[in-house]
Amino acid sequence: MTQENRPNSHVPIITLSAITKTYGQGQAAFQALGGVDLSVQQGEFVAIMGPSGSGKSTAMNILGCLDTPTSGAYIFDGQHVENLTRDQRALLRRDYLGFVFQGFNLLARTSALENVELPLLYRGESVEARHRMAKAALKSVGLDGWEHHTSSELSGGQQQRVAIARAIVTNPKVLLADEPTGNLDSKRGHEIMDLLVGMNRDLGITILMVTHEPDIAAYAGRIVHFVDGHVESDTSNSKTKSATD
Amino acid sequence: MGWTTLLLALREIRRNLMRSFLTVLGIVIGVAAVVTMVTLGNGATQSVSDQISSLGSNLLMLRPGQRMGPGSSSAGAPNFKIEDVEAIKSQIGQLAAVAPSVSRSAVLVVGTRNWMSSITGTDSEYFAAGNWTLAEGRAFFVSEERAGKAVCVIGATVQKELFGERSPVGEEMRIKNFSCEVIGVLAAKGQSGMGRDQDDTVLMPLRAVQRRLTGKQDVSMILISMADGASSEQVVADINSLMRERRKLADNEDDNFNVMDTKEIAKTLSGAIGTMTALLGAVAAVSLLVGGIGIMNIMLVSVTERTREIGIRLAIGALEKEVLMQFLTEAVALSAFGGLIGILLAVLACYGLSSLIDIPFAFDPGINLLAFGFSAAIGVIFGYVPARRAAQLDPIEALRHE
Repeated sequence: MTQENRPNSHVPIITLSAITKTYGQGQAAFQALGGVDLSVQQGEFVAIMGPSGSGKSTAMNILGCLDTPTSGAYIFDGQHVENLTRDQRALLRRDYLGFVFQGFNLLARTSALENVELPLLYRGESVEARHRMAKAALKSVGLDGWEHHTSSELSGGQQQRVAIARAIVTNPKVLLADEPTGNLDSKRGHEIMDLLVGMNRDLGITILMVTHEPDIAAYAGRIVHFVDGHVESDTSNSKTKSATD
Repeated sequence: MGWTTLLLALREIRRNLMRSFLTVLGIVIGVAAVVTMVTLGNGATQSVSDQISSLGSNLLMLRPGQRMGPGSSSAGAPNFKIEDVEAIKSQIGQLAAVAPSVSRSAVLVVGTRNWMSSITGTDSEYFAAGNWTLAEGRAFFVSEERAGKAVCVIGATVQKELFGERSPVGEEMRIKNFSCEVIGVLAAKGQSGMGRDQDDTVLMPLRAVQRRLTGKQDVSMILISMADGASSEQVVADINSLMRERRKLADNEDDNFNVMDTKEIAKTLSGAIGTMTALLGAVAAVSLLVGGIGIMNIMLVSVTERTREIGIRLAIGALEKEVLMQFLTEAVALSAFGGLIGILLAVLACYGLSSLIDIPFAFDPGINLLAFGFSAAIGVIFGYVPARRAAQLDPIEALRHE
């Protein structure tokens, strides 16, 4: 898996400016995001923290192009995406984004290999290419030899590895991880974090990760705190935990 | 993508094999019922037209009395004479054979066996008109017809009942108080369309029957076989006007004779069977509709069950139409499978039933293809709503679904 995602410090890959998101209308309206400005350089590893209801999940959904902002501008890799249609956003996710969820979200009763092949299927890759790329991705997360096990035959940590393999098999520019260690014990959680740090460092994949655990956030190079729909603090993390490899 | 979608759909069906089977049961029963009804109906139609054509091709039957039906009566209508037969032969064109016929029932005796049968007096043209062939022996000589000699040609049933396996040609058979020489045996024809055994018959020269059995010069029916390509309307019209003239009917009098066209009877019977078939097929088609609703029901359940899966697919970049196609393909694959199983069942059922109720097994690829296409179409129609529901799910909501 070779990739030329060289960090470019001048043009950010993600720029949010004055993003708001309001649910409901009139009296019942609830503002989840009240003007968020954020820019992320290519190759960064950003942890997004904050209490429940702080808007971090809403921000993640907008960043992941799963949702659209009520107002404001979102520029992804030089392209305005705030007004894209549903299908245009789907194509953007397909080509540039990878997702890792708290609940793994693997297809049930489906082998690890088939799970990892899923995004390639929608990209129209041939059967041979799908097999080759999915096998390589599984190998890169340390699941060599587990290709034909179904989700229920894998441990939580292994399932999350499969999910990471599925997210990176398409060589995405940005990986969005929503509490990737939330369902794992601390040992497995740290293993997963080591894996993500490795992906960020070796493949140059930009990672945005939501977490509420400070010791997980500590792996990131930058920590953004959300409170009440605003960015409360945005600090770079000088003493980044290093990957144990 | 198309091929992959199909493979995905098949995998999903295999994963829930029992449920998939129960889902398509409605389609299976619907298709099986429609195809069985139509195939058996076609067999019955074919059997009727076969039997009618065994009566004789292009055959008209001229009888005294008004056309059969409610309120008609043959009382008082005079019988025909042999001169009428001669007049038809000489004055009407486009005919292949014209034969007089007069029948009486009588007990036949050979040795110790006896058998009640119908004895028909006629001439040698009867064989051509009635589509009869001889299995054995010969037809009447003209000299025998003229002399009214006591010779007879017997049907296959009569042969079996009176002579068994032995050849009857040259044997003597007693009819009432006279004795008659068997000169031939008719080839078997089987049941007629009206359920009568056509082979239970004895043919004798017309004069022999008139003299020895009826005692009158009457001819009770004239069989008229038209030449190939003859217009039956024209021939019937010609016969009508000829008979009205010969029977001296005034313009204001009704016909006291009628002409029956076997082709018309065949057409009427086939039409009636066709209507019945269509009716039964339509009733069966209702179960297809019910089957379609069953598929929609299960597909809706399946979409709800697989909400998370749909969320994952949408999140990693599946387009709306790709998710739509996936579920639609699943519905169509299900219903098409149901259709195939239904057709298989129908073929088996028709094979068994057609021999049971004694009609030919008329396999019609058209109805089978139509039923298959229809079941696939049901998949599209009833799969669309659930598939669209799946495609329009919000990925965020769908991923959160437990």
